[in-house]
Amino acid sequence: MATELLMGNAIIGLSALAAGVGLVAGYPGTPSTEILETVAANNPDGKVHVEWSTNEKAAFEVAAGASYAGVRCMVTCKQVGLNVAADPLMSLNYVGVKGGYVVVCADDPGPISSQTEQDTRRFGSFSKIPVLDPATPEECLELVPYAFELSERYATPVIVRPTTRICHAYTGVERPVPVPPAQPEGFDYDPKWVIFPPRALRGHHEINDRLPRIAADFATHPLNTVTHLGQGPAACVVFTGGVSHGYALEALSNPQVRGDNAVDVVHIATPFPFPDDFAAQALADARDVLVLEELDSVIEDDLLRIAGARHLPVTVHGKRTHEAKDAGENSVESAARDIAAFLGTPAQAALNAQQPDAPQLPVRPPVLCAGCPHRSSFYAVKQALRGKKVAYAGDIGCYTLGNAAPLNTTDTCLCMGAGITVAQGAHIAEPDAVNVAFVGDSTFFASGITGVVNAVYNQNQLLLVVLDNSTTAMTGMQPHPGTGLTMMGVKHDPISISAVLKAIGLSCVVEANPHDNAAAIAAVKQAVAAGGVSAVIFKAPCTHLVKPAPSAVVDPQLCTGCRTCIKQLGCPAFIWKNGKLVIDPGLCWGCTLCEQVCPFDAISHREVADK
Amino acid sequence: MTRSIVLSGIGGQGTVLASRLIASVALSRGVPVRTAETIGMAQRGGTVLTHVRYGDTPTDVPHTSLVPLGAASLAIAFEPGEAQRVLPYLTPDAAMVVARRAIPPTTATLAGVDYDGSDQLAYLKQQVPTLVVVDGDAVCRALGNPRVLNVVLLGAAAGTGMLGMEANELACAVERLVKPAFIDINKQALEAGERIARAQSSELAGTVPDHGARRWQPLG
Repeated sequence: MATELLMGNAIIGLSALAAGVGLVAGYPGTPSTEILETVAANNPDGKVHVEWSTNEKAAFEVAAGASYAGVRCMVTCKQVGLNVAADPLMSLNYVGVKGGYVVVCADDPGPISSQTEQDTRRFGSFSKIPVLDPATPEECLELVPYAFELSERYATPVIVRPTTRICHAYTGVERPVPVPPAQPEGFDYDPKWVIFPPRALRGHHEINDRLPRIAADFATHPLNTVTHLGQGPAACVVFTGGVSHGYALEALSNPQVRGDNAVDVVHIATPFPFPDDFAAQALADARDVLVLEELDSVIEDDLLRIAGARHLPVTVHGKRTHEAKDAGENSVESAARDIAAFLGTPAQAALNAQQPDAPQLPVRPPVLCAGCPHRSSFYAVKQALRGKKVAYAGDIGCYTLGNAAPLNTTDTCLCMGAGITVAQGAHIAEPDAVNVAFVGDSTFFASGITGVVNAVYNQNQLLLVVLDNSTTAMTGMQPHPGTGLTMMGVKHDPISISAVLKAIGLSCVVEANPHDNAAAIAAVKQAVAAGGVSAVIFKAPCTHLVKPAPSAVVDPQLCTGCRTCIKQLGCPAFIWKNGKLVIDPGLCWGCTLCEQVCPFDAISHREVADK
Repeated sequence: MTRSIVLSGIGGQGTVLASRLIASVALSRGVPVRTAETIGMAQRGGTVLTHVRYGDTPTDVPHTSLVPLGAASLAIAFEPGEAQRVLPYLTPDAAMVVARRAIPPTTATLAGVDYDGSDQLAYLKQQVPTLVVVDGDAVCRALGNPRVLNVVLLGAAAGTGMLGMEANELACAVERLVKPAFIDINKQALEAGERIARAQSSELAGTVPDHGARRWQPLG
């Protein structure tokens, strides 16, 4: 069979299909999103139930119900999504599972697209759930089916923990062949599924009984490996987790880094429960150990524990001794530096990023796209509230980019759905302020609704602004309850945000097109005047969903170079050239906002740009 | 040996197709290949970097998908500032293909700074021994399609000889990966890019730019 270039996330999704998965549920989150999308795209006859659940908690619970009946289930999320699902997952481990229950939770060292650098391996040890940690995308071909077998053998949920550099790396592999899910045995009517306190105590004993047996299995797992480099026994051992394994091997392939030292490179693919016997064997000849792992000192701490418990004459170097990076991503360069220092070989040549005579690099932070409806919404809210004391509580999504100049409309951002509730607390502390909460449509359904109910119930003041662009944009255009589209290819009536808000009992719910600036400002003013808990729903589709309208054109005779458009909107299609505005026709989406803002009518959309 | 290439640009510029075509050639040769992409928030107009690594033989498996600093024999840059940003990834004898047109970031527009990339291009000429500057707008206009810049740059990369792949191999990859209606235009784009690189290499022959060495300085 021919090899094919597949993304790590696609390998995970296809490996689950090859393992006969029958239900896959999740919530989008970088870097995990493409796993579930791959399953949906390779489910032509609909035999696998695939869904974007409203949030991670819902996904984990839907899967629990199916697992009780014997269906192999996979749930997908990013690391912060696991926080949302913590409640069902903790309890599920106590009651156990029947059909294989695999959690694929992607961590994001860096972080590249996340709020935290939390380590899901730690979540595994905290919740007492086994964790598998691939070092390359292709290891997922083995680890995902193994996760299902392990889950069923011990009736435990199992976590597979890839990181961004596994999820979004591509490699040539043979495409796993999907296996149709088996007919489930059906639900066992058994009191064990009901988690009363006595059941929880029994469950805790069951967990504590199975973890050492799983650790013993892990001690002989073929993906826990030792690579011996050089001649003779290795007094120096490098333990690695995840992608740091490749970084260490690549760094040690440089003869300067290794010198004439014999070095063992150990890869821990099963970090929890820790494979003590395997690790102790790898430490047999060791005098010093360096641990290279991203995020927390998980392997390092277990080695310290083993060294202490077994009285091994070994010194463990790593994050706790400040000999390895304790935050951010590792790299071949960081591995080379840390290993050279560990082995006492010469420090590695540094590659200077910038020469003194280098021109200044353009600073290029991510920005809201040209024509993004969020820009129009932010601008309208600012205009409507001009002169008032305002605090803007933002949320998680593209619209977090509203924090950047010149919009400056995100004063806080905590976690999914938190803007709505943070704004309430901020208003209690400062009642003379207008407290605005921005929330996206997908986020509103994921975790916004309870916060709005909280405001109405407790009579807290809130101006809610829903930025409804008909998609989950930041993670790559996933559908959600407000679109009516499902991952089974069905389109049904969307759930109306406006109807939900009206049912909760807000003082005012008004909808507006944000690109119509005058109407958008009027809508905000109307909602502010209503007082109490009121909402504006700004409805306009994400630019990724629609074709561009004719591009804006600047009349150089009329443009005075006043820069009002640039200072107010900061659209990426704007180019400042020779003291006047030019609009890049390749970027402009024709939203017309700049035309409405220009005080000199210098911008129009009626002519088609000369291309 | 493994060969490492970086492609740098701005979210939405189409670095991905170029990397897919390179990977497709590697797979058709039966050699290992790894690539990595920037996915997430940076795609909203931020800097994006694509890494491609492939082996010379079936046993040359790259350890990781990320190209280490100082390891890339070739960079394909979609914008002059983004070209400068990836200089630390290059080997001292690397080649670079760069699209001439600068794309000013919102930060420059807000600051009222004229950023046209000319300083960056002048600097790159000093720093990179084989630099091919592609007037992407002119080539795309001549080809009648603004969306083939990525494949023009890839053709130019093949023309430098540092990609380790021939244009006809890439043309076969185009046939495998591109929708039928766009195969011809993309093949023309490959040829156009290759011609530009060959023309500029012959101009460069005999000149010895003041390159490289200054970027590689030992620590401490």
